[in-house]
Amino acid sequence: MVKPYSVLMGKAVRYIARLRGGGSALPGLFVEKIDKNFVKDTLAQLPQGVVLVSGTNGKTTTTKMVVELLESQGLKVFTNRTGSNFVRGVAAALLGEVSTTGRLNADIAVLELDEAHAVHFVNQIPPRYSLLLNVMRDQLDRFGEIDTTAGMLEHIAVKTTDTVIVNREDPRLLKIASQLKNNVRYFGLDDTLLATFPSDDDMHAKSLLKSKRPGADVVLQSMVDNQATFVIDGRIVKTPLRLKGIYNVYNAAAALALTRSIVGQQLDQQKLIAALATVMPAFGRGETVIVNGQPCELVLVKNPSGFRLSLSSFDPTGVATMIVINDNYADGRDMSWLWDVDFVNLKNNGVSTVSGVRAYDMALRLSYDQIVVSHVDTDLRKALTKFIAEHHDEPKRIYCTYTAMLGLRRELAKIAHVQEVS
Amino acid sequence: MSQKQLTILWLYPRDMNIYGDTGNVLVLRRRAEQHGYTVNVVEYNPGDTFPDTTDIVIGGGGQDSGQDKIQQDLQAIGPKLIDMAEAGVPMLVICGLYQLFGKFFKTQDGHVIPGIGLLDVETLAGPERLIGNIITHSDEFGDIIGYENHSGQTYLGADTTPLGHVVRGAGNNGNDNTEGAHYKNVIGSYLHGSLLPKNPTIADRIIEQAANNKFGEFTHGSIDDHIAELARKHAAKRPR
Repeated sequence: MVKPYSVLMGKAVRYIARLRGGGSALPGLFVEKIDKNFVKDTLAQLPQGVVLVSGTNGKTTTTKMVVELLESQGLKVFTNRTGSNFVRGVAAALLGEVSTTGRLNADIAVLELDEAHAVHFVNQIPPRYSLLLNVMRDQLDRFGEIDTTAGMLEHIAVKTTDTVIVNREDPRLLKIASQLKNNVRYFGLDDTLLATFPSDDDMHAKSLLKSKRPGADVVLQSMVDNQATFVIDGRIVKTPLRLKGIYNVYNAAAALALTRSIVGQQLDQQKLIAALATVMPAFGRGETVIVNGQPCELVLVKNPSGFRLSLSSFDPTGVATMIVINDNYADGRDMSWLWDVDFVNLKNNGVSTVSGVRAYDMALRLSYDQIVVSHVDTDLRKALTKFIAEHHDEPKRIYCTYTAMLGLRRELAKIAHVQEVS
Repeated sequence: MSQKQLTILWLYPRDMNIYGDTGNVLVLRRRAEQHGYTVNVVEYNPGDTFPDTTDIVIGGGGQDSGQDKIQQDLQAIGPKLIDMAEAGVPMLVICGLYQLFGKFFKTQDGHVIPGIGLLDVETLAGPERLIGNIITHSDEFGDIIGYENHSGQTYLGADTTPLGHVVRGAGNNGNDNTEGAHYKNVIGSYLHGSLLPKNPTIADRIIEQAANNKFGEFTHGSIDDHIAELARKHAAKRPR
């Protein structure tokens, strides 16, 4: 039973925080303090339980896809839409949705959670389904080692009560899945696409045995000019997509496998694929803002594998490129990761502007790949203004870390329409 | 013109490659080229044939599981590495390989993993990870700027001098203010970042030693380091 006063007071704090233009974490933190069972009790009302999405890369976009796919099947879905993937972000999102008496009007919750927070979350609230996307080198300054992160995902899988959906191309996840007692379903890549997705291990290993993989419920077969081909339960399905970047399209395979697992026999495949075709990228994840009539893409980069995939997914020809690297806590303080990314793909066109707190670390990295950088400025506002002025009649693309992305969206909102994320 | 070639032996790139230590190899390669040498990088993984000619040895940090995979092979090539070090071959080992170039690593439960004893240092598993931006100072290299992330606490033997003294951060063990080890031309350190891009004087010293060993001379090429200078300046201002 949800305590009614927690809801009222939490909602009041949320209202005040929003008036002040604050983020989503504060009201969540507040309600956690006054009622530590708030999230658990509220989610316990859901008839179809909780679905957890975790992994290093692609959580936000995948969660958004799963929500829209489930909605296409007539389900009412609660989610933490802002990408604030800490438990208090979930609490804050719940405060926005529950009635003043604490009722949550939804059938199922789809939540993205940071691995470290998910570990605690599942102890309180075991999910019915979980989706494990990948485990990559990320935030080692927080978690220490990749194997530690893999251990966290294993814990999530073990606590899952119904089915775990697993990326069969990730060697660490495959190992975890092979030892699980739960139901496991896989999503995967066609052999021809494997080389496009090198794991951190493959980077230095020339030949890996890829033959002994389990069968997958959904396989991404190809992606040509925004036309994706999936093999779903052995049958070929083709669809155009509005998502950009092959890694997002691979996450679509994950979202399809998860949705199929949840909905089961009653699945309406036509509606499912129609919904997938219209999914737009999540904010800052390949999101396009129109500036002076020209598209400006924001591409979030958080770790070497994500940065590598982004660079190989987007053609730099005819596009002005900017890179913004911050080193705040949410970005990771260690700059070592930039040295595990190969920037050679930017060589022909060069990089127009480099900015962010660690602009000079980035510029130094590019100089060692012999890439021409026209302008370096740690001041984001000045750098962005100059970048837009110098390339006013060209399409633009900005690779940015998490806090840099938030800063860029704030600045862009002053001169262009940027969708508000609540 | 006949080209002078330097061979870099890169130890265990497959299993000991986290935290961007690949950046050190890239920086050595590019700077050696700018100093007028051609560069041959030999990747050495467990079971590979140990090359006959090596002018520079370099290695990085790894997961605990990665260290397990290379342990046996490292013991086998240890005597060769020691002979090379005694002969003055410059080497740079970071984090995990720094520990294993020492005498041993003792885990939390008292299990002792032997090192090759090239460096007179000992490492004990610590109660917490030492993580964050770090600045040290050395008379030879000036301020050394990087990022540390290790749970091992390393103590230097009597014959071994530290690479630097900690100005800000934890260093070898968080207690005695030392960071890294410097013996002959061998440098061990906990600094990532990667180390060499923002500390080009260390990179140039390694190349200089290798060139002197092989050709009896070294001429410093002209390299514009102003971006590295600015990167150092901004990194030094960042919180731990």
